[in-house]
Amino acid sequence: MIEVVHVAGLVTVQDSGRPGYGRWGVSPSGAADRSSHLLGARLVGNDGCAATLELTLGEVTLVAHERHIVAVTGAPAPITLDGAPMPSLRPLVLQPGHELRVGRATHGLRTYVSVAGGVDVPRILGSRSTDTLSGIGPPRPQVGDVLAVGAPTGRPVWDVDLPAEPHLGLAGSLAVRPGPRADWFEPQALRVLTGSDYEVTPDSNRVGARLHGPALVRRVSRELPPEGIVRGAVQVPAGGEPLVFLADHPVTGGYPVIGVLAPSDVDRLAQRRPGDVVRFRLVTGG
Amino acid sequence: MQESRFGLSSGRADVPDIRPCGDSGLLLEMGNAGDVLGAYSALAASVPPGVTDLVPAQCTILVTYDLHTTTADAVASWLRSTPPTASDAPDGSVVEIPVTYDGEDLAEVAAAAGTTVEEVVRLHSTAGYRAAFCGFAPGFAYLTGLPSQLHLPRRPTPRTRVPAGAVAIAGEYSAVYPGASPGGWHLLGTSTAAMWDLSRDPPGLVQPGDSVRFVVAR
Repeated sequence: MIEVVHVAGLVTVQDSGRPGYGRWGVSPSGAADRSSHLLGARLVGNDGCAATLELTLGEVTLVAHERHIVAVTGAPAPITLDGAPMPSLRPLVLQPGHELRVGRATHGLRTYVSVAGGVDVPRILGSRSTDTLSGIGPPRPQVGDVLAVGAPTGRPVWDVDLPAEPHLGLAGSLAVRPGPRADWFEPQALRVLTGSDYEVTPDSNRVGARLHGPALVRRVSRELPPEGIVRGAVQVPAGGEPLVFLADHPVTGGYPVIGVLAPSDVDRLAQRRPGDVVRFRLVTGG
Repeated sequence: MQESRFGLSSGRADVPDIRPCGDSGLLLEMGNAGDVLGAYSALAASVPPGVTDLVPAQCTILVTYDLHTTTADAVASWLRSTPPTASDAPDGSVVEIPVTYDGEDLAEVAAAAGTTVEEVVRLHSTAGYRAAFCGFAPGFAYLTGLPSQLHLPRRPTPRTRVPAGAVAIAGEYSAVYPGASPGGWHLLGTSTAAMWDLSRDPPGLVQPGDSVRFVVAR
């Protein structure tokens, strides 16, 4: 068991999400940056189904009631164990009474704290993820909460030599494929999307990354009946500035989707902060 | 004409289009809104390995799949080769939803439809509905079958809060709000039916394909 003695910012429990319930109006949810969540799971010997804590520019201080193996992945953040600085991206041993402090990310947006066995809150529709859009899932951890931890299922990976930022990809462009409604836009719209700088705006959240930049002009102006959308869909609302749906996206949307990001690039986008500039590159064919 | 990885679309209204939706999704667009349920029933009854979800909507069905288990071509070929179930042969459950017709918008709806409140209640409670798809919120089912006299555009300004259980109409649909939320539909009444209950399996009272009747609560 792990006690929460300090929490700030948005801290939620996340796992690989609850895919397969879109027909009931339920979003997949799950870790916004899957790669970082899965890396943390691997380091402590979990499978992807085990739940981690996702910190969105958040802070958390945890006190172990038993011996636990933990790892911190995703956006780099200051980590201390009973006051002593600790590295990210490797398993750490928490002895009973040890205090693990994870501060606000220094760059990137979302930091993951994994524990061997996973945070053991009840599953809802097969997942422990908090869906911030529908409210399905466990409540946000609060000071004083004692989080149950599952029985470890695998071995931690002690012998790791990872680069400091193996996967955040904060600089690179994001791969986008033409989406289901690319033909609803002027022919040059995809070139505008992939040839311009877009800035992540402050109203971005786990539902989507809203972008500020050149408007994408529609060719077909009639209303689109709501249709199913996927994580990574680049939707263009009435104003013309795109938004990219993340883990807690609504199940359907009524604006055309001009493109869809590659899944790993959705992870990269989920690490961009408000104010960061993103660029897209067009990918076609198999 | 829409060019895609799956060839040129027919441009014909009676043949579905298959549109790409990223690395692990395809969007099946039906020529007619009424074709969605028949196609959905047939597809839901024959889901091949690797297909992770089917999300029916007004004119489309989103199909998502696991790239490690199947391919876009295999999924597209399943979509093309699965004949729709006849739409007059509902295969879902029949759900009765009790309604107290005490909605705030009854008089407005009656005025807009050029009739009386009693007639609005009679029309709404004697029609046979089918759940076409879910969306907006978990358990929010869009029910088709609303008599055409009651087809009205949404309210110009949505309410900031519609209570759970509100029975409402908008466009060609009726629905019951599963939880309190903002909403722009016209409120005809309230129901005590639990539309969404996570302690139930499945949590939704109404699934796509189900037949629904509204019954005047006494």
